[in-house]
Amino acid sequence: MSISEILFWFLSALSILSALMMVTSRNPVHSVLWLILVFFAISGHYILMNAQFLAIVNMIVYAGAIMVLFLFVIMLMNMNAETEPQKSKWMKMAGTIGSGSLLLVLVAALRDSELRARTLEGPEGSIGLVKQLGAVLFTDYVVPFEISSVLFLSAMVGAVLIGKKD
Amino acid sequence: MQFLSTDISLILEKLSIIVVVVLALLGIALYTTFAERKVAGIMQDRYGPNRAGPFGLLQPLADGIKLFFKEELIPLASNRMLFILGPFIAMFTALITGAVVPWGSQLEIFDRTVSLTIAKPDIGILYVFAVVSIGVFGMMIGGWASNNKFSLLAAIRGASQVISYELAMGLSIIALLLVTGTMNLGEIVTQQMAGGLGGFLGWNVFAQPLGFLIFLVCVFAECNRTPFDLPEAESELNMGYHQEYSSLKLGFFLFSEYINMIVSSAVMATLFFGGYDIPFVDEASLSAAWGNNIVAILGILMLLTKIVFFLFLFMWVRWTIPRFRYDQLMDLGWRKMIPLALANMLITGVITLWLNR
Repeated sequence: MSISEILFWFLSALSILSALMMVTSRNPVHSVLWLILVFFAISGHYILMNAQFLAIVNMIVYAGAIMVLFLFVIMLMNMNAETEPQKSKWMKMAGTIGSGSLLLVLVAALRDSELRARTLEGPEGSIGLVKQLGAVLFTDYVVPFEISSVLFLSAMVGAVLIGKKD
Repeated sequence: MQFLSTDISLILEKLSIIVVVVLALLGIALYTTFAERKVAGIMQDRYGPNRAGPFGLLQPLADGIKLFFKEELIPLASNRMLFILGPFIAMFTALITGAVVPWGSQLEIFDRTVSLTIAKPDIGILYVFAVVSIGVFGMMIGGWASNNKFSLLAAIRGASQVISYELAMGLSIIALLLVTGTMNLGEIVTQQMAGGLGGFLGWNVFAQPLGFLIFLVCVFAECNRTPFDLPEAESELNMGYHQEYSSLKLGFFLFSEYINMIVSSAVMATLFFGGYDIPFVDEASLSAAWGNNIVAILGILMLLTKIVFFLFLFMWVRWTIPRFRYDQLMDLGWRKMIPLALANMLITGVITLWLNR
């Protein structure tokens, strides 16, 4: 086994384990912290594929900014394990079966699709580096890129409008 | 020798650099606390610590022993695991920022060329940003787990402050990247060394004076230093987010602040002040005359000098400018710094386009 294989299995186990812990832990703050660990593990996977930019942006935006806001809300609402309403057993069971079937459908659909034929870029790939990514974004994908930036801008304007007093 | 198809000597080399950097950071941080108290003493026309050892030089050791032997209190109503996790995250994130800073050029030891940077990713600056944004969690988790309203308020203040100033910081860095064209910190230093007057005129601070100013203000906010030390505003929040902490955990929080200061000084020196570049000296001809190793060591000393200057600046400002009010802080961050950084970015972009026409 090479080092990247060991890292791959370690990160996979870590991400699945922390995702499970995130779903099952009763304290919302613990859930958020496990979710942060999931993002770390995913960033590690990106690094294994040499997608450095994606890895670090995932860490800055998701693990950093968005999770801090999550923590903010949970801490200010003072949600604790004791006060958090627990769903009944039947609801949990139904949720498990429902999402399990969704997983089954997804796996079955993707199993034979053409996505599988495309192998992932290994540690030698260079498409994830900043220069190549920037070049692709501003040439081949410039229209969707600009459209999504306009979308973000409108969301921002909307947030400011809502946040403004009267 | 090979281990899992990796060169073992490389691992050993990197490990030894990591150990040296961590120990050096801790050692400098130890004496930064001492320097802070001495500078405070001088500015307020008193002696400062002068009892332990000659000139009080053993004071940081005495402080450390005191923190070590104090009783360790964990509040009963606190979340025990997270309470312990908080200071460790703060310390850990403070230390790992040093991984991408180029501390020097290269040393030649037993015909091995040892690079004095621990890691040289293409995304050097973004790595620093990522670690800074993770660093908030130490404060937030610690403040929340204490189960104390002052700690919680301080943690939320601190987190929103760091998020707000990260934006302006990132925008000022974008302008710098337009000038350098690379995010690799090592390459940024080499570019600056190629400037006129032995590298002095190549320093990015001359190309980006406004960008540096914005970056500096944001660093003060990110390190929670006066005038932006609202998370530990003792006049309104008792001691802020580390109020319930005692003994070594308190020491970890206090220490991580100083390590953050040191590393951000190193980042500022690297980005804007030539890093390990010795001004008015042509390194290439000097290393031909004196040998590479001596020039590399001189470069490390030069970087340390720049770091010490910035550390002094931190203390100087602390004892000169009073603390901001919270709304003033937010106003400065969102209504002044961000538009200023945006304007800087625009102007830099236009000039860069003009020059590269």
